[in-house]
Amino acid sequence: MSSLPLVSSAAPGRFIPVAASARSMLVLERLSAIPKLAGVAPAARLYVRPAPQMVSSGVREIDALTGGFPRGCLTEICGPASSGRTSVLLAALGAATRRREVCALVDISDAFNPHSAAAAGVNFEKMLWVRCGTRLQKSGSPQRHRDTEKKNEKIEKPVEQALRVIDLLLQSGGFGLVIIDLGDTPVKMARRVPLASWFRFQRAVEHTATVLFVISQVPCAQTCASLLLKVSGKKLSAVSSQLSAKTPAHAQRLHGLQIQGELLRSRLERKPAGSVTSAFVTKV
Amino acid sequence: MPFACIFVPNFPVEALLRAEPELRTQPLAVLEGKAPLQKVLAVNENARRAGIDPGMTKLQIEACTGLVLRARSLPQEAAAHAALLDCAQSFSPRVEDAACDTIVLDLAGLQPLFGPLPKIALALARRASDLGLKASVAVAGNPDTAALAARGFSGVTVILEGTEAEQLGSLPVEVLFENSTQKSSQLLETFSRWGIRKLRDLAALPDVALSERLGQDGVYLQKLARGITSRTLVPVEPLLVFEEVIELEYPLVLLEPLAFLLGRLLEQLCARLESRALATQELRLCLELDNGGTGVLARPSGAQARQSFQRTLRLPVPLLDSRTFLKLLQLDLKAHPPGAPIVEIHLAAEPVRPRAAQHGLFLPPEPEPEKLELTLARIAGIVGEDKVGSLALLDTHRHEGFRMQRFAPETFSPQRHRGTEEINHKRAMDSSAPEPALSVAGGCLGGDDLVTALRIFRPPVDIAVTMQDGRPAHINYPKNKAMQGEILWAAGPWRSSGDWWEQQGWARDEWDIAVQGETVIALYRLVRDRLYGKWFLEGTYD
Repeated sequence: MSSLPLVSSAAPGRFIPVAASARSMLVLERLSAIPKLAGVAPAARLYVRPAPQMVSSGVREIDALTGGFPRGCLTEICGPASSGRTSVLLAALGAATRRREVCALVDISDAFNPHSAAAAGVNFEKMLWVRCGTRLQKSGSPQRHRDTEKKNEKIEKPVEQALRVIDLLLQSGGFGLVIIDLGDTPVKMARRVPLASWFRFQRAVEHTATVLFVISQVPCAQTCASLLLKVSGKKLSAVSSQLSAKTPAHAQRLHGLQIQGELLRSRLERKPAGSVTSAFVTKV
Repeated sequence: MPFACIFVPNFPVEALLRAEPELRTQPLAVLEGKAPLQKVLAVNENARRAGIDPGMTKLQIEACTGLVLRARSLPQEAAAHAALLDCAQSFSPRVEDAACDTIVLDLAGLQPLFGPLPKIALALARRASDLGLKASVAVAGNPDTAALAARGFSGVTVILEGTEAEQLGSLPVEVLFENSTQKSSQLLETFSRWGIRKLRDLAALPDVALSERLGQDGVYLQKLARGITSRTLVPVEPLLVFEEVIELEYPLVLLEPLAFLLGRLLEQLCARLESRALATQELRLCLELDNGGTGVLARPSGAQARQSFQRTLRLPVPLLDSRTFLKLLQLDLKAHPPGAPIVEIHLAAEPVRPRAAQHGLFLPPEPEPEKLELTLARIAGIVGEDKVGSLALLDTHRHEGFRMQRFAPETFSPQRHRGTEEINHKRAMDSSAPEPALSVAGGCLGGDDLVTALRIFRPPVDIAVTMQDGRPAHINYPKNKAMQGEILWAAGPWRSSGDWWEQQGWARDEWDIAVQGETVIALYRLVRDRLYGKWFLEGTYD
């Protein structure tokens, strides 16, 4: 048998088949001649998944860290409250709408602030905002009966609504960016989202130009996320610098957040978790 | 100059069959008049074979098993007539509305467009069939001959110039009289006494002798039989009204059968619009409700028994897809049920020119308008109509100064894009012009330009605040431990007020505070409502 490799890892994480030598070709021909192996494709001829197209995340430091957000993949950004997740979300939304892509925001806790978005340069004409919330679902019929009305009522929770809405949006297609905002959803509830749903979402966006983007407090999509980024408030500059200062409250103002981003998982770069970090600052 | 005539035999029956095509295989009789003096107005071929003739009373025909009886529906006949006009107008602009069941159109100059005359006649018959009407079509050298041939021969007939008398000769003389009047019955009796049964016999009579006995009427009838009349067509310009109606025999209670009927109406409407090369951007549904039953909207006794329920479906772009319309109407009716049994359905479409869009190879992807409308309607069914859409900022400093509006992403226009490129080019050339904050290529913000976002709490979180030295020192919210604790840092207050000249005035003090949570420091916007003296957390900086 030949000791020549059938694939070479020329670039990290990207396996490209190399032209098999004459000797290895001979081996392959012999192997394919075996009746049991008829119809079995050699590894060298297997389909190599092309690297996804990357688009700008809207934040220069994150682009430098991850190469941007991959199209047709699920990207997750997690972090606690006041860690800068929403700032990154708005930057991504602003960048996508500037590229004239149609975007959708599934706002599970109805926390979106239009004024912040306007300041981030989001074009509202290109953005679909879906505000989830607890709602009674009724099954309609032309004739209403009070007895049956109560039976048909069903209380639907925001997360359940969001899952149905995301399914519809992804099936509809044509969106450049679909954002799921689980930022204020309690961790218990966010983790209850079945893994099957995340797989379904990931499969729905695969081979499309859609960037599926999730923000949450803790990682939820698990292995379905092609890119997992953790953000945390490095330190609250405005606070920390002035905590000790005895200046009056009216003489102070919030300048912004210092955010630290850490790449936890990337199927594209195959960098070890926590190996790469980046920091940036937001302004009010 | 060739003319064509489209004639729909048994028009009242065909108008009903258009709405209920499944009855086409059954014997059907259309009744007219008030009960119990109802008489048969028209019958289809199956009923005729079963021995049912127009003019029979309802009592006489009730013994016939399997016979379907329907009351005459004038709105449905009007809709069928409008469809017939649409069919003719889709071929020629010169159309004469000869009768409710007869349309004559001028075919001059159409041969280079649609092919030879037999092909045009076939296409007319096919188009009428697509619109739900089984019509006879005849083409001849003059309008009257075409009308006679259409009334006399079923299917498609083409009468060549010079052979009119020969081809019309086999028709009975009754075909000359559209309506049975006293004069026509007298003439028919005279012809019968003379032994004239066919048009051939009438055409062979000597002109002078016929004129002496029957006058000018007789001469005109003979000219008709010979196919040598000549007259000018009187074209009509019908209004573009696209409305379909179904009158129901029994009140409809469930949405599923209603969707079935709506689907049929929509198909007819779309076929009519398509025949005129139009689309629609607005659908109006009007349901006549029967409130005599147990519906919750039943009116008190003495009030009018019927009540109408109207829904209007507005679309962002012109569409012409009956399935999409049906799904949208279904979703709308599911969200807004009529509330009482339905006895009549009116569906109208506002005609507009169809959308002409040229997509570019390098343009960003956009959702298809049909799919997007359906998706939005489905999402509205899940989260509520007021919870989905795009938003527009209002010109106010009031908190939550925005409104939700219908989501309709602007279509990308190459001209506009070119304009943007020109502006960018000018900016690049003009060094004195200020640099745009955003880089054009990547649309990327630098870290310093990143905006700190505020996440809003809807509704705001009412909290208890302890003040110390004129600044908030501690917040307390028993329901959530993360939102309580000592305030590490505070900035403010930022005072604002507005709308004091209106009833809904507002005045507030805003603070930015940092609270030590369990693991991290959280930044909140704390607000004090100065009108009501309440403290609440408006949101968190994230």
